[in-house]
Amino acid sequence: MEIPYTVAERPDTGLNNVKLGIWLFLASEVMLFGGLFSSYILLRLGATEWPVGATILDVPVGAINTVVLISSSVTMVMSWASLKMNDFSKYKLYMGSTVALAVLFLVFKTYEYVTKFSHHDYPSGSTFLAIYFTMTGLHALHIVGGIVVNGYFLGPGSAMWRTERERFTNRIEAAGLYWHFVDLVWIFLFPLLYLT
Amino acid sequence: MSSTNVEDIKKHVAAYIKIGLALLILTVVTVAVSYIEFVVPLAIAVALAIALVKASLVAGIFMHLTSEKKIIYWTLLLTVAFFFVLIFIPLLGFADHLGRFTH
Repeated sequence: MEIPYTVAERPDTGLNNVKLGIWLFLASEVMLFGGLFSSYILLRLGATEWPVGATILDVPVGAINTVVLISSSVTMVMSWASLKMNDFSKYKLYMGSTVALAVLFLVFKTYEYVTKFSHHDYPSGSTFLAIYFTMTGLHALHIVGGIVVNGYFLGPGSAMWRTERERFTNRIEAAGLYWHFVDLVWIFLFPLLYLT
Repeated sequence: MSSTNVEDIKKHVAAYIKIGLALLILTVVTVAVSYIEFVVPLAIAVALAIALVKASLVAGIFMHLTSEKKIIYWTLLLTVAFFFVLIFIPLLGFADHLGRFTH
């Protein structure tokens, strides 16, 4: 059975199901991270003292990772734009860059975690470390998810371009919306955890 | 985003690069401002204000929210409403003096 409205717009929503589906998923993601941001505020306001993130975390590494993730958002949207302009080789270049930057983000994050663990700074060490590892850990899992999805669209999933161009372009737009959301969460995590 | 015209997309590409550069500059500003010794609440307010500008650029331009269909806006409006409930309702606990020791 063919999946309906993967390309054509549904008359009632004015959208294809891919677009509506990914936005509904992102709405649920807002609530997932929202619960953690709410916990962060409660824990911080309830604490008798709260450390400035810069005294515990590595600000230059966090800042570099912010630059890495923003750059990956640019390459992601460029990969979609390349498909819209029927330039598949550029799509491959930009999508490959997106995946590479995502891997680089994880390399820096792993370095940060390993450094923390080597100093015996574990989530059980303090309330700050507990919320830091929880929020950045969940975010890192989302990066892993993005690498899997984008890696698939870079490799075997890209075969769809030969048979159903518009449907493939819609898939990349949906993957892009997810990826920008992951970037968006980091835009708030970085100043809250590292700088204030 | 409904635009499919190649010329339109080329214009968008130029905008994407400009927005990317703006986001990188704002990241530098975020870090630079953190070295100014504000009192903590003000430091958080400034950091969040810059983060909000960056988030608006990502959502508006990269996620095409400046030109989306109505049903997406309604979905997001509902999401934002529940997000604020999630953030603010637990905070009411701080205003609740029931169960606290009185002297």
